[in-house]
Amino acid sequence: MDNLNLNQHISHQFNEDLEHLRTQFLEMGGLVEEQVTDAVRAIETADGSLAEKVRRTESEIDRRELELDRQCMMVLARRQPAASDLRLVLMVIRATADLERIGDEANKVAKMAIALNEDGVSPRGYVELRHIASGVLKLVNLALDAFARFDVDSAKIVVRDDSLVDQEYRTAIRELVTYMMEDPRSISRVMNIMWALRALERIGDHARNIAEHVIYLVHGMDVRHMPFKELEEQIEKRNGNKK
Amino acid sequence: MQQTLEQKPPVSPKVSAPPMAPTFSIPEPAQMPVSADYKTVGVPLVENAKFAMRDVNVFYGEKQAVFNVNLDIGENEVIAMIGPSGCGKSTFLRCLNRMNDTIDICRVTGSIQLDGEEIYASKMDVVPLRARVGMVFQKPNPFPKSIYENVAYGPKIHGLASRRVDLDEIVETSLRRAGLWEEVKDRLDAPGTGLSGGQQQRLCIARTIAVSPEVILMDEPCSALDPIATAKIEELIAELSQNYTIAIVTHSMQQAARVSHRTAYFHLGKLIEVNDTQKVFTTPDHALTEAYITGRFG
Repeated sequence: MDNLNLNQHISHQFNEDLEHLRTQFLEMGGLVEEQVTDAVRAIETADGSLAEKVRRTESEIDRRELELDRQCMMVLARRQPAASDLRLVLMVIRATADLERIGDEANKVAKMAIALNEDGVSPRGYVELRHIASGVLKLVNLALDAFARFDVDSAKIVVRDDSLVDQEYRTAIRELVTYMMEDPRSISRVMNIMWALRALERIGDHARNIAEHVIYLVHGMDVRHMPFKELEEQIEKRNGNKK
Repeated sequence: MQQTLEQKPPVSPKVSAPPMAPTFSIPEPAQMPVSADYKTVGVPLVENAKFAMRDVNVFYGEKQAVFNVNLDIGENEVIAMIGPSGCGKSTFLRCLNRMNDTIDICRVTGSIQLDGEEIYASKMDVVPLRARVGMVFQKPNPFPKSIYENVAYGPKIHGLASRRVDLDEIVETSLRRAGLWEEVKDRLDAPGTGLSGGQQQRLCIARTIAVSPEVILMDEPCSALDPIATAKIEELIAELSQNYTIAIVTHSMQQAARVSHRTAYFHLGKLIEVNDTQKVFTTPDHALTEAYITGRFG
């Protein structure tokens, strides 16, 4: 028993396959994160070329999604993974779809940046945009971090804070609607910012999904569609059982 | 409106290689190594127990092979026993119809009850016991007789049928249930040893069920068979589980995952974990189970 290294599979190749999945996923995550940052910056600085760059990189993310899917399928077919290995593969399959959607939403934000350049800047909404964007980026970053370190605590924070972002989004929308009623001429421009906000809010939801997948990966508990309070109780109960 | 993003958001894109542990690590810390008074995790006991084992210890001379096993096997349940070589799973299985009696130095302590009856009691006769608890071995071992005789032998010596018509019927039903009838019905007089490996194994299963046992023990029934024959045996196990209680020892984890309702994991003579098969293969409770089924040792 003493000299067994339980962190390693007997099959080296299997180890490498799983390790590769993990690295590839994190790389895709890093790329997606950069896309969101760039798209937000493109709106804020009215930088059309940066927005174009985001739109070009989108295809790279799609390509990585297909590649990761292919690799997951290969591992399933060739290794019949079980337990934590199985959960890792399932998690990557699900979370890759979320990452790809985050990429799509970043693309939408970039599209709005271009629209704002063409229609003229919005009179309102930039403060809210920056605020929500920084919150959302933190969520995405934390969710990826939670995956990199199998860290349930970080994942829990993402699930919790996503609802704060949702709340801020609703407040921002209410404010912008009020403004549009006061100044109907600005509607089309303000709408562009609203679409971007909407995309950011969706990104937060996807980050939350990824965090939920991380909890599934580590604990084997499916916590999707579960209110945060219940989720916390379940994890608490589980930790209690373990001790 | 030329707001610039003064402070870069608190993000460092991880496009380059991410900082992470050198290997993939098991998320849950382990309760290792297994101590002397280890208690099985999971659900070892059930309500409708056919077999009830309590504090079973098995010794070969001085050496202890099985430690304090508490386990129930439910009625019409398929239970799979898995674990690395030498973990005591086969030894344990052989206790269930007193197959270990044939080994002089083997000693069994504790209680093993079949339908509430102590099978190691001195008044228990092993011949009817082994008719009630049949066994299929790793290597197909048909008698050097005809296919018909192979199946008819048990019912004859146990006095289950005396007339030729009754015997014919038992042979046909048993072969049918074992999924072999269509392949051998025209050559029942041919020697059983002339069949292919997979057919021989199904013949042995037919021979086992011919005496209407209540429990069937299988000790790696497929390890000498090709994938197609294996699939047929597995199909048969699913079918048989409607009427029989089945305990199967297997080296193939995928097989355990496919055929069993519950899975028991043995390690160094201790029963580490028993749980629903689905749970064992997705979220096992014990880190040793996890390490074994994910192929980290064994």
